[in-house]
Amino acid sequence: MLVAAGFGAFIVYSLFSALIWGPVFNVPYETQGYLSPFFSPLIGQGILPWWFSPAVLILWIPLGFRTTCYYYRKAYYRAYFADPPACAVGEPKLHTGYAMEARFPFILQNLHRVFLYLAFIPLFFLWLDAALSLHHDGHWRLGLGSAILFGNAFLLTGYSFSCHSLRHLVGGRLDCFSCTRRTRVRYSLWRRLTGLNGRHMQWAWLSLFSVGFADLYIRLLATGLFADPALRP
Amino acid sequence: MPDATLRVYRGTPGQPAHFQDFQVPVDEGMVVLDALHWIQAHRAPDLAVRWNCKAAKCGSCSTEINGKPALTCKARLSDFAPGETIVVEPMRTFPLIRDLVTDVSWNYEVNRRIQPFTPPADVPQSEWRWQQQDIERVQEFRKCIECFLCQDVCHVLRSHETDNLFIGPRFLVRAAGLEMHPMDTADRLPFLKDEGGTGYCNITKCCTEVCPEHIKITDNAIIPLKERIADRYYDPFRMIWRRLRGTKAPAPAPAATTKA
Ligand code: SF4
Ligand code: SF4
Ligand code: FES
Ligand code: FES
Repeated sequence: MLVAAGFGAFIVYSLFSALIWGPVFNVPYETQGYLSPFFSPLIGQGILPWWFSPAVLILWIPLGFRTTCYYYRKAYYRAYFADPPACAVGEPKLHTGYAMEARFPFILQNLHRVFLYLAFIPLFFLWLDAALSLHHDGHWRLGLGSAILFGNAFLLTGYSFSCHSLRHLVGGRLDCFSCTRRTRVRYSLWRRLTGLNGRHMQWAWLSLFSVGFADLYIRLLATGLFADPALRP
Repeated sequence: MPDATLRVYRGTPGQPAHFQDFQVPVDEGMVVLDALHWIQAHRAPDLAVRWNCKAAKCGSCSTEINGKPALTCKARLSDFAPGETIVVEPMRTFPLIRDLVTDVSWNYEVNRRIQPFTPPADVPQSEWRWQQQDIERVQEFRKCIECFLCQDVCHVLRSHETDNLFIGPRFLVRAAGLEMHPMDTADRLPFLKDEGGTGYCNITKCCTEVCPEHIKITDNAIIPLKERIADRYYDPFRMIWRRLRGTKAPAPAPAATTKA
């Protein structure tokens, strides 16, 4: 139930933040050199009408990535579809003709790897944003905002690198690890990703929390509720 | 030590079933199977129980204990709260024979549908070579004791009419071990996608939770198979690539063969 609430709360918050907070309440998504992760990389600025949030152009990638993620699939099939509600109990008779991921629509979960490839694009820009935020108005600074952006980029990198599909693509698809020099390199990468993959659930939750938190921090900073504590040389 | 209370399922197909309670004297180190043997010896000689090794290695003694699929020979009485009633039932996914014994023969039929290990015909066995790193994944799957607890707990087999559409976690483990074997040349992916029903698994991991051999069934066998199937049938980039190169489907991976 915690899972259902957590994932649900994130979706509601991200939609509110992406679509409503800026256009309706006039709270900017960028302030003092910090850009909200929901909007990175920023595209279409100056072309889009005021009511159209540029987050829409980006957010479908991480949302698609998480929706088709093996861990989240497990979590929401159990929590939202009661399929199964728990292990070794009878299921409520909500549906007949079960075919799950063998048929449309859930057969589309097989496209997870496409979202994986795409997810590396915003991930690159998140590192870039974090790095750029160290230099603001012609001065260097180490603000709490930068630390949050770096932390977020780190957790999202952990999440993406612990992905089951990546583990497969890097080495899991091989049958012989020792056959050539190339496969031996892939084997050692696969071993490393396997280690990360064992904690995929933890990466998933921590990074989900960190994205939401980074956005919230920047939004609240923009409302002037508090100042960004920073070290300046 | 206080006595343990066991509530045991009694019944045969076609007869109304009931639970029968027994008070069993407890000794140090006793497992549920010991308690069932005590009941057989002292209270109910007609109680049907299947077991063989009493060492969690033969996979015969599978039941459901307090609603959780488990081996009776591995479940220690000391793991239950003092005074807690221990409910022992047969596995619900398989047809009942009597009391705690079920008919698991469906699993053997499924097993026969999987193409067995197929080494290259032209390499004599004396020349087979592979390294530890090639076989580690397969070794995990070889630990399976065929207790069928994973088949019992899997909601696809338990709660849906899918017995002939889905081979179940145990056999996805077996198939994964064959598919990943460096000397195997067979291609089971079409079978696994269609008749095997790999898509029916929705990776909810109950099988992994109950496996007494702690095989990471979902993460190490099923998800990698789903990914291999996605490689072949659902990856748009690979499809385009294959079209450009004019190959329909990739040839099965070559065996490790005689590399020293
Ligand atoms: S992970 Fe798949 S095979 Fe295992 S119990 Fe769940 S649905 Fe069944
Ligand atoms: S995979 Fe595990 S739970 Fe399933 S039959 Fe083998 S040992 Fe039992
Ligand atoms: S499996 Fe979770 S991100 Fe790929
Ligand atoms: S009796 Fe052999 S596994 Fe329990």
